[in-house]
Amino acid sequence: MRLTIREVGLGLRRAPLLSALSIITIAFSLFAFGLFGLVALNVSRALQDVEERVEIRAFVADGTPVEAVSAAVGDIAAFPEVARVDILSPEQALARARRELTEFKDVFDADFLPASLEIRLKPGFRDPETVRAVAQRVQTYRFVDDVRYGEDWVQKLYNIRNIAGASGVILGIAFAAVAVIIIGSTIRMAVLAREREISIMRLVGATDGFVRRPFLIDGFLKGLVGGIIALLLAWLAHAAINRYLIETTFFAPSLAFLGILTGGVIGLVGSAVSVGRHLR
Amino acid sequence: MIRFSHVIKEYPRTGRALNDVSFHIAKGEFAFLTGPSGAGKSTILKLVFMEERPTSGEVRVSGLQSTKVARREIPILRRRLGIVFQDFRLLEDRTAADNVAFALEVTGAPRDSIPAKVSRLLTQVGLASKGTSYPRELSGGEQQRVAIARALVNDPMVLVADEPTGNLDERATRGIFQLLRDINASGTAVLMATHNLELVRRSPYRVIEINRGQIVYDSTDSTESRVATSSPQPSN
Repeated sequence: MRLTIREVGLGLRRAPLLSALSIITIAFSLFAFGLFGLVALNVSRALQDVEERVEIRAFVADGTPVEAVSAAVGDIAAFPEVARVDILSPEQALARARRELTEFKDVFDADFLPASLEIRLKPGFRDPETVRAVAQRVQTYRFVDDVRYGEDWVQKLYNIRNIAGASGVILGIAFAAVAVIIIGSTIRMAVLAREREISIMRLVGATDGFVRRPFLIDGFLKGLVGGIIALLLAWLAHAAINRYLIETTFFAPSLAFLGILTGGVIGLVGSAVSVGRHLR
Repeated sequence: MIRFSHVIKEYPRTGRALNDVSFHIAKGEFAFLTGPSGAGKSTILKLVFMEERPTSGEVRVSGLQSTKVARREIPILRRRLGIVFQDFRLLEDRTAADNVAFALEVTGAPRDSIPAKVSRLLTQVGLASKGTSYPRELSGGEQQRVAIARALVNDPMVLVADEPTGNLDERATRGIFQLLRDINASGTAVLMATHNLELVRRSPYRVIEINRGQIVYDSTDSTESRVATSSPQPSN
């Protein structure tokens, strides 16, 4: 191990410019991927917020006994798709309408508004089919006059989410591929610069493991440092966007750690592939 | 020690490099491998240290057979051989002593035993005072001496030298050749590829001449080969 560490140190000292170039390339490749990740994360959060507003509203017929409604609320709340059910009295409905819609500002009599049930669905059950199915089941209660859930809106939201998800995956793969290719080429260059050294090591009887080890550690460390720099750059970009444009969310610590580790792993794999070519 | 049996070596692009080559180098023997450029000398040496494998036939070196040797055994084989090249192949950013020590370190030799052995070897090749010099600070002959010291560091049974004097002037050539003879006299077999016919003519050692991938002349049968320990040392 002592020898391996010495060889890693020698490698860095021997070609400081190439080492710095490798780290910077890794950092910027991962930074581009990280920026994409930030955009994807924030779009996903925004869509999630909108999705949480998907609700089914069941209007209760006038004169329905409170017990019947309460029993139905218990039933509906037990549906596997349902997160929660709230009863909205005519007065609460008016208060909300006055709050949200200016044309209700001067209306004080709630008698014309029906009571309603507000049904919110669990995450993963907010697709148009499930929403429609739950709405139809709620409709079967005799005291339910009408059920509304903004069918068009739910469908559009669902489509946007699907498009965003698919583009996210495709763009993510493209960004990751570009990062891996660029990082791989940089590491290959660094290994090529030490081609002669590798051949000498092999001639004097170094095992493949002995030759490979310093390069793997070198690649992993460069990837790790590149990852840290990329994370720092992404954080600066996030801070600037927050300050001058809009409020955004940053990666959770575990995700940030995973990003740094990804840098290390790409460096490690890139080195393994490049050195492997020379050991064949 | 080294045995080639009906060895054929073909390269995909350049075709046949060796054609039915058979010879045997005995323990302690000194043999020259001569022939024009492209005759197949370097291919033979690469087959000896198993950088290449024969297309057919078999190469046997120090008990390892090319047809059966596992990849992980090749470094072990190379530690039993000393390999020297025309271009020295020294690590430019390490001193002469570090270059020699490196060959010991890769074998996992005990750390404390390395300096004494390196010092002894540098003395043996006449470079006792140049241990801290970098290759660029040494002459061609001195660099080749460092390479030879490195090749000897694991007490090899055979020293394989590919044109070791090819880049050296007359004086340095004589010095390196004398060093190789001394090494041979101490019991190490030497297989030396060379263009230097003058050197070959002046020496009493076995000569294997290659042309177009075939042995066209072998000065002695391997069974009658002159073993260095019993052969007289010619003067220069």
